[in-house]
Amino acid sequence: MSQLIAEASPTTGDEVIQNYTINFGPQHPAAHGVLRLVLELDGEIVERADPHVGLLHRGTEKLIEYKTYLQALPYFDRLDYCSPLGMEHSYVLAVEKLLNIEVPLRGQYLRVLFAELTRICNHMLNLGSHVMDVGAMTPNLWLFEIREDCLNFFERASGARMHSAWFRPGGVHQDVPAKLLADLDEWLDTRLPELFEDAISLVADNRIFKQRNVDIATVSKEYALKWGFSGPMIRGSGIAWDIRRSQPYDVYDRMEFDIPVGTRGDCYDRFMVRVEEVRQSARIMKQCLREMPEGPVSSLDRKVVPPKRGEMKQSMEALIHHFKLYTEGFHVPEGSVYVATESPKGEFGVYLVSDGSNKPYRCKIRPTAFSHLQAMDFMAKGHMLADITAILGGMDIVFGECDR
Amino acid sequence: MTKHPAPKFASNEGIIDAARAAIGPALIHAVEAHGEIALHVERTGLVDALIALRDKLEYQQLMEIAGVDWPDRDPRFEVVYCLLSVTKNHRLRVHVAANDDQPVPSVTDIWPVAGWLEREVFDMYGVLFEGNPDLRRILTDYGFTGHPQRKDFPLTGYVELRYSEEEKRVKYEPVKLAQDFRSFDFMSPWEGADYILPGDEKAADKGGASK
Repeated sequence: MSQLIAEASPTTGDEVIQNYTINFGPQHPAAHGVLRLVLELDGEIVERADPHVGLLHRGTEKLIEYKTYLQALPYFDRLDYCSPLGMEHSYVLAVEKLLNIEVPLRGQYLRVLFAELTRICNHMLNLGSHVMDVGAMTPNLWLFEIREDCLNFFERASGARMHSAWFRPGGVHQDVPAKLLADLDEWLDTRLPELFEDAISLVADNRIFKQRNVDIATVSKEYALKWGFSGPMIRGSGIAWDIRRSQPYDVYDRMEFDIPVGTRGDCYDRFMVRVEEVRQSARIMKQCLREMPEGPVSSLDRKVVPPKRGEMKQSMEALIHHFKLYTEGFHVPEGSVYVATESPKGEFGVYLVSDGSNKPYRCKIRPTAFSHLQAMDFMAKGHMLADITAILGGMDIVFGECDR
Repeated sequence: MTKHPAPKFASNEGIIDAARAAIGPALIHAVEAHGEIALHVERTGLVDALIALRDKLEYQQLMEIAGVDWPDRDPRFEVVYCLLSVTKNHRLRVHVAANDDQPVPSVTDIWPVAGWLEREVFDMYGVLFEGNPDLRRILTDYGFTGHPQRKDFPLTGYVELRYSEEEKRVKYEPVKLAQDFRSFDFMSPWEGADYILPGDEKAADKGGASK
């Protein structure tokens, strides 16, 4: 059989088909945003992928240099708009590291609780759109129900469904109602597992879903390290690396959770890693709800955290603090730090340079999608055009964060 | 003493000495501040230094390349490489200084992920990377001029884009703002502001006349 010579060209005669180049996006429902992917195709096989990013560039880093530390915070919600609190988390920790300020325990528990809720919220969108990209409709609708619940919880905590601006340097902006914690507890026991397990049972062992994902875009451990992978992407490749475990921040060192890892490093592994992460997040949230102490939710250092309104009615000093903090803001000691947290999509880092004034001198944001999307070329090589959507779904890319 | 809840990685103890032994004379100086180590390295010895850090000290991952603009310094730009060791659970920063006419050697051969990260620094600051095979702009528009993250680049930029119904195409025009960007100075006049407040010059004149 091996002696048979394959036809050199699918066309008859001497005509040779040349590779042709197509644009995938910038407006494409499966591109998860404004991604322009220039694909060089040989028939239906991808030879080369050149992602063009930056179509959603808004100059966030430049804007932050002109804002006080507190005013810069809401920009982080708008980076990865699918997991706003995960973005805020890195920034507030970077400011706290420069200030070396203590955060009360309840504040830390609340941050971990809502960071994990953000993770669930983010994975609902990603898992749902991933299965939709490869052809399934129903799970997405069910997962969006959970996402809707999550957004309602965010709204009850902060007043905003998506752009919460709820984490602040020194803690969180305000305490949550007791009823919210009780409702979260009940939701984690009832609605979340019901809807989630139902939706996942439709795809996890589904033959079509596996045909579209298993062995698509396998990434070895070595490549995952070289290409700067993080989060579910590096765990999908079999490296048990999770910043929550290895470099714990807030109260993650008190939490018990497992780190799921993939065995083959393909799109299916990355999908299943995220599925398991949702269950682990729910487990962390249960522990938070069980152990959360009473007390203040943000630092009592009035040179950083503004006083509450009631206090201002009584105390002249509180009034002055409030005025100074909302006009001038607080000054941050000179220096630079790189703080990275485990955002739902991977390592989200903030390199913050302070010159001792009330505004960041430089705030470099390390998006997760930037490194992952760059690997598109070698991950897509040799796969079919239709696999591009599966690969993109497995990467979990949001352009607000990638383009900044 | 550490009070903050930021991520805690392995101890910095002995890292500077190990790095000095690994990098050699290319290391200009090392700073430990805010619980993080920054190694300032010669531009020409950067590639060898990073290879030594990766192979001898197990910093397997390059997580980020950040540019910083210091207009008063010479060389003006700082390029910061954030390294991560997943085996030693440690983070390290490598700083290198450059001007826009002094290309920084590219590290794409060590870590392919540097390709886009260097493109971004080039796009934002105009720092050149020698050996990067694909040094195009990445975040700004096709045909953009200037380097927006430089401190002398205005926040509003120079041009704005709109769709022209008459010409049936998008066109660039000089930026027009209804209101200037408001920049407040929060330095207290009692705490070392080095400018003269409007009206103060009159007081000085009057004082001189009465004497």
